[in-house]
Amino acid sequence: MNAQAIAQVLASGVLMGLMYALIAVGLSLIFGLMDVVNFAHGEFLMMGMYLTFGLAVGLHLDPIIGMPIVGGVLFMAGVLVYLLIVRHAMRAKANVGMVQIFSTFGLGTLMQGLAQYFLTPDYRQISDSWLANKTVEIGGVFLPQPQIAGAVVSLLAFGGLYLLMSRTDFGRALEATREDQGAVALVGIDRNRVFALGWGLGLAMVGVAGAMLANFYYIHPQVGGAFSGIAYVVVALGGFGSVFGALVGGVIVGLVEAMTTLVLPASLKTVGVYALYLLVVLLRPSGLFGRL
Amino acid sequence: MTDAAIAVPAGRVPAAGALQAHAAQRRRQLVVAAIALALMAAVPLVVGDAYLRNILILTLMYAALAQAWNILGGYCGQISLGHALYFGAGAYTTSVLFVHFGVLPWFGMVAGALLAAVMALLLGWLCFRLKGHYFAIATLVIAEIGLLLVHNWDYVGAAMGIQWPLGPDSWATLQFARNKAPYFYFVLGLFALTWLITFWVEGSRWGYWWRAVKDNPEASESLGVTVFRSKMAAAALSASLTAVGGGFYAAFVAYIDPDSVMHFRFSLLMVLPVVLGGIGTLWGPLLGAVILIPLTEAIRSYMGGSGTGTDLIVYGALVMGVAVLKPEGLIGLFSGWRRKAGAA
Repeated sequence: MNAQAIAQVLASGVLMGLMYALIAVGLSLIFGLMDVVNFAHGEFLMMGMYLTFGLAVGLHLDPIIGMPIVGGVLFMAGVLVYLLIVRHAMRAKANVGMVQIFSTFGLGTLMQGLAQYFLTPDYRQISDSWLANKTVEIGGVFLPQPQIAGAVVSLLAFGGLYLLMSRTDFGRALEATREDQGAVALVGIDRNRVFALGWGLGLAMVGVAGAMLANFYYIHPQVGGAFSGIAYVVVALGGFGSVFGALVGGVIVGLVEAMTTLVLPASLKTVGVYALYLLVVLLRPSGLFGRL
Repeated sequence: MTDAAIAVPAGRVPAAGALQAHAAQRRRQLVVAAIALALMAAVPLVVGDAYLRNILILTLMYAALAQAWNILGGYCGQISLGHALYFGAGAYTTSVLFVHFGVLPWFGMVAGALLAAVMALLLGWLCFRLKGHYFAIATLVIAEIGLLLVHNWDYVGAAMGIQWPLGPDSWATLQFARNKAPYFYFVLGLFALTWLITFWVEGSRWGYWWRAVKDNPEASESLGVTVFRSKMAAAALSASLTAVGGGFYAAFVAYIDPDSVMHFRFSLLMVLPVVLGGIGTLWGPLLGAVILIPLTEAIRSYMGGSGTGTDLIVYGALVMGVAVLKPEGLIGLFSGWRRKAGAA
């Protein structure tokens, strides 16, 4: 194998990795805030993809234009999910850990069923977007433009998230709440409001990811399952709760996946990623940048 | 040392009267179970319709599988989202031994159960240091790896799977082409077995250890419960019973492929009845399966074939609803009535 082919694999791995990071960061954010794993995360990605598809087909909005709208809708969905489901699940007196797992797990299953029932199991694709089928060539390495756009949006989103967390009152309230849920109430921060906004922010991120993913990936009711598996790996790798860790974890997972396809048949490409998950949690349960 | 002395911290030894009441309650449970078993055994005499019998068989099979999951998930508190792996191990072992080597499925199931127990011990040795959702996600990931590998394993038919040869009706080969009643009695027996094992361990020192591990692993370790060994025993028992169910399923449908026995859907179908009926309870899995499986089938037949997603809508809504509104499961409704009746 020549250097060019290797560069091609690495570049594709990094681009997809940045996409994985954007998909996973909402999961990490919510976990860091309140120790809850959102088991419906993949289904919210699916929801973002279908919304993007609907905007593209119904209103002829390109995924890039539709992206902020999708992010906004998912933000509201996140607030509602917290207020209507998660808040109650956290109050459970019996089987607390299981209630948290199964409430969002049930929600994800429900969303998958609804998508299958109302939108059919057909595979869909946005074929006439601005960037469709366009590539960039750098030194013999071909990179599809939709993937580049996804990677750029991912980096911008991480930058924005960093500024939001470090420079705004909301970001500081978020940080304070994750440090000590009880103490923040004493300084007049409404814990429920922070949690609701945290869920909104987390799902807005996955909505933006869904819009950029729909630009080059086919859309179907089960699409969330494949990506949520990868998102767990990314978050475990970077450390549950760490935003920066999600970025690094995403790129590593993208690279590992790309390199797995060099040695194993394509149908086994996720085996490498799953094996990585096991290796990481067994050797270093807190991940690369996590706190336990 | 007696079981009770192990389970109860010093200074809180229950009075003899409480122990006697407990023993009486356990005897009552056995009587109820015997009556339930007799009633269920009579059902095929009343229900002759092949479609309805099929639903009954699946209901009891999932009740047994859920009961097996409940040992690890409910009593010991280790949530596995990957039990399809053990189900598949049972189904594949039984099928390969029967189709390639002519070994009767009865022995195949035992071999499958042993294999599943060994797998559970190996994976437990790896994963039991993980807690909560880390463990749950790890089980899910391992089962997915297993599914992907079987998909690419030519000896067991890869994606094509294994077809059982057609043969005469026989208890030896567990093949019954027309009258499905023998399958019903087989799963009824399997359910009775898993129920009895659960009943027995619930009252044994293992049961006390498992509940201690579930409620507070750190504290139970300091009281002398070996947490790791308790988890390993629960995992092996749960996995081997699940594999017997898998072996039965292979004989029942006479054709298996990776997605039809190792798909995540099966892991889900083992967990859901437990969550629905009541996690860590003796009767919860049966109650959950009796509600879930016929309901799914009814909706499926009214709203069109599978693939429309109605089954997922039902599962999802039920699990979310029960988890949020009735975390102790629907079995809690019964104890509520009993308490009210007792107070009145």
